[in-house]
Amino acid sequence: MKTTSISLQDLLRRMQSGPFPYILTLLHVMVGTYLVYVSPRSNIAFLIFISSLLTLYALKMNTTFKVAIGVVLALVVMPVLGVRNIFYLEILFQICVFAALALGLNIVVGFAGLLDLGYVAFYAVGAYLWAFFGSQQFYVIPYAPGTQPADLPFLLPGDVFYLFLFLGVIIAAITGILLGLPVLRLRGDYLAIVTLGFGEVIRVLANNLDKPWNITNGPQGITPIQRPSLPRFAIDLFNGPLRSLIGHPVKEADIYNVLFYFLALLIIMLTIIVARRLDDSKIGRAWTAIREDETAAIAMGIPLVRMKLAAFAAGASFAGAMGVLFAASRTFVSPESFSFMQSIGVLSMVILGGLGSIPGVIVGAAVVVLLNLQVLQGLSLYLSQLRQSNAVIPIINFAWKNLSTQLDPAKYQRLLFGIILILMMIFRPAGLIPAARRQRELVAKENKN
Amino acid sequence: MQRFLKSTALRELLRPLGQMIVFSLGSSVVLSLILIVLALLLDQTAVGANTLARFKVTLLNYTIVNLPQVLIDGLTLGFVYAAIALGYTMVYGVLEFINFAHSEIFAIGAFVGVEILIALEGKGILSTDMPVGSAYFWLIVALLAGMAAAGIMAVIVERLAYRPLRGAPRLVPLISAIGVSFFLQDLIRLIESVTTGQFHRIIPTFGNFDQRITFGSMPLGAGSIALGVQIKSLIVIVAAVIMLIGLNYLVNATKVGKAIRAVAQDRATASLMGIDVNRIIAMTFLIGGTLGGAAGLLYALKFTRIDPFVGFFPGLKAFTAAVLGGIGNLTGALLGGIVLGLLETFAGTFISVFTMGAAGAEYKDIFAFGILILVLIFRPHGLMGENVGQKA
Repeated sequence: MKTTSISLQDLLRRMQSGPFPYILTLLHVMVGTYLVYVSPRSNIAFLIFISSLLTLYALKMNTTFKVAIGVVLALVVMPVLGVRNIFYLEILFQICVFAALALGLNIVVGFAGLLDLGYVAFYAVGAYLWAFFGSQQFYVIPYAPGTQPADLPFLLPGDVFYLFLFLGVIIAAITGILLGLPVLRLRGDYLAIVTLGFGEVIRVLANNLDKPWNITNGPQGITPIQRPSLPRFAIDLFNGPLRSLIGHPVKEADIYNVLFYFLALLIIMLTIIVARRLDDSKIGRAWTAIREDETAAIAMGIPLVRMKLAAFAAGASFAGAMGVLFAASRTFVSPESFSFMQSIGVLSMVILGGLGSIPGVIVGAAVVVLLNLQVLQGLSLYLSQLRQSNAVIPIINFAWKNLSTQLDPAKYQRLLFGIILILMMIFRPAGLIPAARRQRELVAKENKN
Repeated sequence: MQRFLKSTALRELLRPLGQMIVFSLGSSVVLSLILIVLALLLDQTAVGANTLARFKVTLLNYTIVNLPQVLIDGLTLGFVYAAIALGYTMVYGVLEFINFAHSEIFAIGAFVGVEILIALEGKGILSTDMPVGSAYFWLIVALLAGMAAAGIMAVIVERLAYRPLRGAPRLVPLISAIGVSFFLQDLIRLIESVTTGQFHRIIPTFGNFDQRITFGSMPLGAGSIALGVQIKSLIVIVAAVIMLIGLNYLVNATKVGKAIRAVAQDRATASLMGIDVNRIIAMTFLIGGTLGGAAGLLYALKFTRIDPFVGFFPGLKAFTAAVLGGIGNLTGALLGGIVLGLLETFAGTFISVFTMGAAGAEYKDIFAFGILILVLIFRPHGLMGENVGQKA
């Protein structure tokens, strides 16, 4: 056991020096891109392509080179490949959305150590904010759901969306503070339950605020929600120079998907920068102190409540912005999207990636979304194909045809999230990519042993 | 005989019974008074006029006439919550850890019991006109099976998902428990889907459980409201009372109970005194799980329809009840359950009238959370608990 691990380390070290990492990365990126380009429907090709980002991150290379490759991948390669097969763009968009959510939750759970089980509530606040102001809902208020006349005007023009991205940040942060004020004096596990309750309250409100005034349109949700207008040059670009690369005429809806992908990317970038700066700041150190030992932190003169509120507000604000973006990209919001399961989904991304670790959390989001959308759905598809075929399991003589149609892996996300949470807690509580501070702690512990 | 009357054993049997009667009566009276005062205050406002227009009676009259039935329903619900809350509070008392998966243990008890009853119905053993004695016999069989399955599951969960994490920071086992909760929900769904093709199950109707004993009726405007209680509600209350007394006896009057209390107080010292801490903790989970499983089947009996996520809301509310009463405190769980059950039924019945139809019974779930938040802010140690608010 020991020898293999040493030789593996040697191998890894050799891979980390000289021109080797550059060659490997370029090779991986190019092979991935080529595979996805030629066979846009293959899951394996897509996984190879996506994993090249991991190679890019993990290998030791010149930072400028890394950034350059990353920018080219994110801004050029992915949109083109995504428009060729719109399903991939959807996955990329989902990864971006959940990565931003996970980064936000990471501030609350990872940095400050406050377990928030109702995190999607802030996401819902953002989404409903734009859903209300960016649709006809304002004029629907006097009508019961489903009874409004068809020709109501929109309250605001679609381009106000950009303003609402900022408003979403502010409103969500205020919600975070309002929730935090009464509950932050609570100890960790109570706080978890109360935030869970808060998440449910927001969902129940969204479900039931269709009377006496119809604000949320109840369980049917609000639709249509406006999108910002497309910039002219984007349409020209996709129908002009990029047309031959993509291989088919590009619909406007697809260009919208690219736009929202870019916006999501932008929010992630901002989130990463803010989260990084926060982590290294005085506030970040205060959060760490609170996380490690609240009593000692108070003794050191850290304003406990204010710091916890800051964590809540900072975490919530990113979710708010993402909510606005989500509402615009789907043109539809309903309470279904903001269930407790979503909160736990985001939590499992943070846990899987590594509490407090920014790259870890992004990887966690990507892995969970991929598992969810690619692997589970792929399995579902495979099973349904087997069901239609005449195949029989040999030894127990069981015909696939007789397999219950209820057995649909795509619906078993809870199983996935549950397994992730349990296994990570037992075997690798620091996550796939532990935070730098945790890494140092782990090393120190090993040395002591 | 004299000696027995003075013994701890009898005292521990009688004390919870007395407490239950006092709590039920006390909280019923207090909450009813609050409600009536509220009705009196609102009677002269637009709310009163609205009620007069809708039901042709004054708000006060409406409230008082509805009250007895609401109290009966509230107490039934309260005892269900109390029975589930016992599981949370037992585990919390010993490990200071919220067993998030308790709601799924509850669901497992419900599913095992209901599946057995469905199988029996399929064999033609159960019917609505069967002898009452055998109906109760089969119900008890299903109950025991559900209890056994839930208890065993709780022990397995403890062994696999919690024990490896003992001594880790607080949030670690909590997150693991959330994972277990999600895992079990889908596991139940998977098993039910594959074996039966659906995951919503309905408990068969058999025996005389659905009959209603009526005590009379109360006049309300032109019509009247029948006052009564379903036999199954009585079964729920009786079973919950037996469980509470049994648990109280076990914890306060037996050797195992003494060991459990010792481990709860100080794990390290308890182990020095020759108590096998791991065994006692497993025992705690077994007892809590067993009670949860029983509560699951009782819940299924009362509300007839179950699905794999059935445990989530009752679990949360039972947790609220446990916190309300003071978590870690058995008597507190009872009191919290009764108060919460009453409050929730009150909210479900009267919110719509008191807000002139603007808010309906859907808000009763929010109501429970609101109470949880208020309790945690103003009295984090609950109604009966000792102050453990900041114990790290």
